[in-house]
Amino acid sequence: MLHRESGFYKTDYKSDMGLYRLPISRFAAFGMLVLFFAVAPLVLSEYHLTLLSLVAIAVVGALGLNILLGYTGQLSIGHAAFMSVGAYTAANLANNFDLPFLITLPAGGLMAAAVGVMVGVPSLRIKGVYLAIATLAAQFIIEWIINHSPSISGGVQASIEVDRPTLLGVKLDQPAELYYFLLIVAVIAIIATQNLIRSRIGRAFIAIRDQDIAAEIIGISVFKYKLYAFAISSFYAGVTGVLYTYYLGIASYEQFQLGVSIDYLAMIIIGGLGSVLGSVLGAFFVTLLPIGIRLAMEEIGTRFVEHDVLAQVISQLRQILFGVLIIVFLIVEPDGLNRLWINIRNYFRVWPFSY
Amino acid sequence: MRLLTTLGAAAIVASSIAGTASAKDIIIGMMCDRTGPTSVTGTALCPGYHDYINLVNSKGGVMGNKLVAHEIDHEYKVPPAVEAYQTYKAEGAVLVSPYGTPMVYALVQKMREDKIPGTSAGFGSAAAGNGERYPYMFPIAASYWSQAAAAVQFAKDKLGGSLKGKKIAYIYYDNPAGREGLPVLEKLAPKEGFEYREFAVPPPGIEMGPQVLDITRRYRADFVIAQLFGRAPSVALKEFKRAGFPLEKIVGFVWAGSEGDIQAAGGWEAAEGYNTIQFAGVGSDYPVLQEIRDMYKANGSEDPSAMKYTAYYNRGVFQAAVHVAAIENAVKAKGGSGDITGENVRDGFYEIKDFTLGGLLPPLEITRQDHEGGGWVRIFKVGKTGYVAETDWFRAFRPEVVELLAEEEKAK
Repeated sequence: MLHRESGFYKTDYKSDMGLYRLPISRFAAFGMLVLFFAVAPLVLSEYHLTLLSLVAIAVVGALGLNILLGYTGQLSIGHAAFMSVGAYTAANLANNFDLPFLITLPAGGLMAAAVGVMVGVPSLRIKGVYLAIATLAAQFIIEWIINHSPSISGGVQASIEVDRPTLLGVKLDQPAELYYFLLIVAVIAIIATQNLIRSRIGRAFIAIRDQDIAAEIIGISVFKYKLYAFAISSFYAGVTGVLYTYYLGIASYEQFQLGVSIDYLAMIIIGGLGSVLGSVLGAFFVTLLPIGIRLAMEEIGTRFVEHDVLAQVISQLRQILFGVLIIVFLIVEPDGLNRLWINIRNYFRVWPFSY
Repeated sequence: MRLLTTLGAAAIVASSIAGTASAKDIIIGMMCDRTGPTSVTGTALCPGYHDYINLVNSKGGVMGNKLVAHEIDHEYKVPPAVEAYQTYKAEGAVLVSPYGTPMVYALVQKMREDKIPGTSAGFGSAAAGNGERYPYMFPIAASYWSQAAAAVQFAKDKLGGSLKGKKIAYIYYDNPAGREGLPVLEKLAPKEGFEYREFAVPPPGIEMGPQVLDITRRYRADFVIAQLFGRAPSVALKEFKRAGFPLEKIVGFVWAGSEGDIQAAGGWEAAEGYNTIQFAGVGSDYPVLQEIRDMYKANGSEDPSAMKYTAYYNRGVFQAAVHVAAIENAVKAKGGSGDITGENVRDGFYEIKDFTLGGLLPPLEITRQDHEGGGWVRIFKVGKTGYVAETDWFRAFRPEVVELLAEEEKAK
């Protein structure tokens, strides 16, 4: 007889605070780790590993923004600027002081966190779209400063070439090595966020998001925790910037412009605000969907017309389709992919006795 | 049911990601920006590229080997460009064409590791012309340094053969590419005896009344060099016109003089006199373009609409032509076999000789040191109804530009 759980029943606080609410999630998490660490590099080609690498980078950035917007409720559209802070910090440290990524990676994050705290100060007085504009200003100010400070940006080109990361004397330049490098950072980011959210800090964030006055009354220092949120979120962004820098071999402010901030916003809104899994799903979705659409259209289209004729149509159609799909997904499930997944899960949990 | 549809859609997307194209032909990876912030260029350039490739294929390809130009639109974003590059690599492309400065930067290291050559006509830093440092990246077109040198030479010719005591205003879009002309001016100013001043236009470059007034009223420049992008060139033309500055005394860099810019500035009559630097010939009066038109006619279709935008369309033809020439040399070296590698194609670039397509291309001379091909430009003036050639293909102050390259190399 197959036994199934019939609900969340907890008998003590310890199990209520557990990382995994059900045994199956522990198995699922373990399965995912095996899949991405052991199976994927063996089975997938370099091309697909590249896709996963890009997703892994995006996951870290999306988690950071989700901490700020999804959990603390502070809208930021300067996320890409914090990435550039991390990127240039790491690039300068790696080139000028010959430091390994084990130092430059957290250093880039910390520098971004420091800048993030400064940008976060207006959040103490303003909310919502007003804060969005303040962070937009930060995006432009940081861009301008990098662009006009040769000591930061490495000269008139505002781009610094960085060598591939090395670990224990091994240069990580093979696609699989880079993939592991990015994957490990992404997994650490996921676990860290998951735990952060369950901690006092995370609960304070959520309290501020839900009702900041009430949060203050129950004894949460809104001042402190809002700045924490900015610092942690910017730390993630900075790390994302460092990852981009090592992955592409160059830090260039043109990779971190306003459009990128919007892309990350799109990721967490599509994925699901205030959800770790949502950030991951959103990163997958926004990174892979345009590629999937293109491949599907190429697959279908080349049966009817020549490639160069098709190319004119594809790029336009892809934009439309991407936009439409986002709208459709959000209409079907306004709470994002995370909620969609929960619905699927709940459906199958009681299947076939759904009533 | 709704659930099943969603899962089904996801399965289709997933399965299409898993499947990659296979082909035995010579594959060129061609990135494009038909959408995104720079789409005005891509929508004219990419058709030009395809048309030339189709023309070559219609004549039997390269020594019997068919060319396949796989276009992927990256929306001028870096991650899609990285993905596109990996697609090309998986398909066995022997040549890629990254589009846009950030993408060139993001891929240059990977291309060197994978030994796949690529071109970056009109993008990236001037230092990328250094073939020893970037063995697999070929700018093939005049860098901003070469353009700045040519602009100074042009100003000299226009101002009566000497720049002694003259004032040159350098108005530029305030980003790294915009500033790139400055080192050349700095170097040439004492040599030629002119003074210059820089006038930055902050992005997005649609507001430059103060700068133009500064140039025309306060600084009273004798000549203006404009390094602008996007909407900025047309705004600049309108402002200079309003300020009563003779447009004959303005020369714009390569991204500031397309038909689109002139139309946006009020049309040919309004912009008459403005000089533009080009690295591929403009206008439709080239034999190769006639061949393309004939090809369309033979197929019973009309001329492609992108052909009207000759500045960018011709650049697409230019890029394709240089690519095909390099591939042809590689195939020749292999005795006519289409089984070539990226390294073969790279060597093919060095063999390109006397290949100008009836004036559409400059007399490129790509060497192992100089991937810029000599830094040739041609200046066209805006006439009443179209471009008028002001100069022939020329290059200026080449020793100074080469000197700058050496200094840049030393600084690294």
